[in-house]
Amino acid sequence: MYVSVKGGERAIRNAHGWLAEERRGDRNVTELSLAQIREQLTLAVNRVMAEGSLYDPDLAALAIKQARGDLIEAIFLIRAYRTTLPRFGYSEPLDTARMTCDRRISATFKDLPGGQILGPTFDYTHRLLDFKLAAEGDAPQAHSQPATQGEVPHVTEFLNNEGLIEETARTGKAPPDLTREPLEMPAERALRLQALTRADEGFTLGLAYSTQRGYARNHAFVGELRIGMVAIEMEIPELGFAIEIGDMTVTECETVNQFKGSKTEPPQFTRGYGLVFGQTERKAIAMALVDRALRWEELGEDYVGAPAQDAEFVLSHADNIQATGFLEHIKLPHYVDFQSELELVRKLRRTVQAAQSQEAAE
Amino acid sequence: MDMLALEGGFADPARTAAHAFRAVMAAMARPGTLQQIAGARPPAPLSPAAGAVLLTLCDADTPVHLAGAADCPALRDWIAFHTGAPITGPADCAFAVGAWDALLPLNAYPIGTAEYPDRSATLIVEMPKLTATGTPLRGPGIKDRAALSLPDPESCAANAALYPLGLDFVFTCGDTVAALPRSTEVL
Amino acid sequence: MNDLSSQNTDRKKWMSLLAKAPEGRIAALLDTATARPGFDWLRAPEVGSVMVRGRMGGTGDAFNMGEMTVTRCALKLGCGTVGHGYVQGRRKACAEAAALIDALMQTQAAPRIQAEVLDPLTEETEARQTSRADKAAATKVDFFTMSRGED
Repeated sequence: MYVSVKGGERAIRNAHGWLAEERRGDRNVTELSLAQIREQLTLAVNRVMAEGSLYDPDLAALAIKQARGDLIEAIFLIRAYRTTLPRFGYSEPLDTARMTCDRRISATFKDLPGGQILGPTFDYTHRLLDFKLAAEGDAPQAHSQPATQGEVPHVTEFLNNEGLIEETARTGKAPPDLTREPLEMPAERALRLQALTRADEGFTLGLAYSTQRGYARNHAFVGELRIGMVAIEMEIPELGFAIEIGDMTVTECETVNQFKGSKTEPPQFTRGYGLVFGQTERKAIAMALVDRALRWEELGEDYVGAPAQDAEFVLSHADNIQATGFLEHIKLPHYVDFQSELELVRKLRRTVQAAQSQEAAE
Repeated sequence: MDMLALEGGFADPARTAAHAFRAVMAAMARPGTLQQIAGARPPAPLSPAAGAVLLTLCDADTPVHLAGAADCPALRDWIAFHTGAPITGPADCAFAVGAWDALLPLNAYPIGTAEYPDRSATLIVEMPKLTATGTPLRGPGIKDRAALSLPDPESCAANAALYPLGLDFVFTCGDTVAALPRSTEVL
Repeated sequence: MNDLSSQNTDRKKWMSLLAKAPEGRIAALLDTATARPGFDWLRAPEVGSVMVRGRMGGTGDAFNMGEMTVTRCALKLGCGTVGHGYVQGRRKACAEAAALIDALMQTQAAPRIQAEVLDPLTEETEARQTSRADKAAATKVDFFTMSRGED
């Protein structure tokens, strides 16, 4: 039996009205402006841009406001908006060696050319609540000292000079695009990296942590972590040359992992790579660890059945919009499905009861 | 890139493209009917209709193959500026444009796969004349019978036999457009 | 040929500068420098996206990272000079001003536009970058050895 029902328009309309009122909160409290969100909740804005897969701080701020601070809902809004944009083309690959670094640290080399730059980091804070912030005081000015920055070479290039680290091949191959072709297995590394850079931070963090705890041996050092501004270049067909069409803050993490060697490769260090929109340090490190774990096959390592080694598992479940869409749909009306289950359970019970009373009678 | 390439696009892109899309959709949905399509002024030898179809349907994600006389620098530049579509060979194009003879052979184009029948090419065929007479057509979108002045009914029938795989055809002449989707039977 | 490529180098420089200017800034500088010339659109301002690519391991093959918003337009001055505008974000007015400046830089107005629009914009951009770099420099670690054990 199929029962079609209709209704709820008035209830939905009123629910949306109440949502709008609740979003605003107490009207005696000043309304949030997008500029406030963009400037003061920057790391939330960065996460929404990274996982929404669209770099536009103003849009991300709007999405956060509209979503009442629910970042996954905000990411959903950005993903939906993104699909309405005509695509002008593809940028030249970012040259992160030319980044103007806000932060640049290495856990493997103390004295590296360009130095260790801490930047605006939470590291070394005591994680004690600062009640001064509740009092709306003026923020202190940051210290400055004249910078002497030239090019800041990648740390892994030093190891490369000695041949102690694997080379990253450069063949000029055009990468696949997850936003144009559906995900198909096996997924090459370029596709995995695209999926990981927009993957849910919590999921990526959990997987990365699992590799550290021993689910896929993967003892990683942060060879280098850098955060800063890079220029985006694109070839303009009507001009016949490339121009910079903007700049953006990105976080790049390169991990160095010990590798015992395989039949074809000598013992050396291998690399994991993370590159994420915005200042998104936890995500970039986690991405590099998961990238490295997923590379077991091409490096000739053993598959030990760890979740982080299973590309199908990782890539199919890393996207929080897909996940939340499927998860949350089960709260929507399933009256008919449930009705049939109800019928089934009643029938089974009748059968069991009949059998029991038969037994009792005998 | 010279001036010719930069001019001749849709003056009011959102509206004109919507009208042009409607015309192409009507042509596809009602095989054998002629639709008017306007707004584009492409460089020679392309017709305004074919130009409007390209502006409406092509972008950076749809490789275009230019066949025969259509493959000229002026047109390459025009397509690059107005649509951003990459120019490619027949084997991996999403759209191909040119005169019928220049487009042949038909087996050079992708016809889709069983899993993704949509990964096939649409051929925009420039016609010296285009009328709703000639080869009889039957199928979805046609009430009883329709007809179209097809360039080569036999090849078109062979293409329809590949359904659900196969090519789709858009015929253009001046500012007129007609279509023959793979789902139409060519009698 | 040489001449052409040096022209392109200059044009690349000013277009890149205009693409990254803060909201409203280029229009303000342009309108202070000169009255806007008449023009026809070749491509009206449109907002779209560009897929940004990174390199695997920073130096390897490319992969797609995610998109950014870009606004572009193209116009033709009365004299026939063509100007292109590409700016980051969703900023149609900025794209229009950028395209006008690009066109004017190819006319006799170039020295004036250079002095009154591009030079101040370059200075402002450099000042912003220097201020940030100087703050970063203040967080650079100076390691020093407390004591060293004998042999």
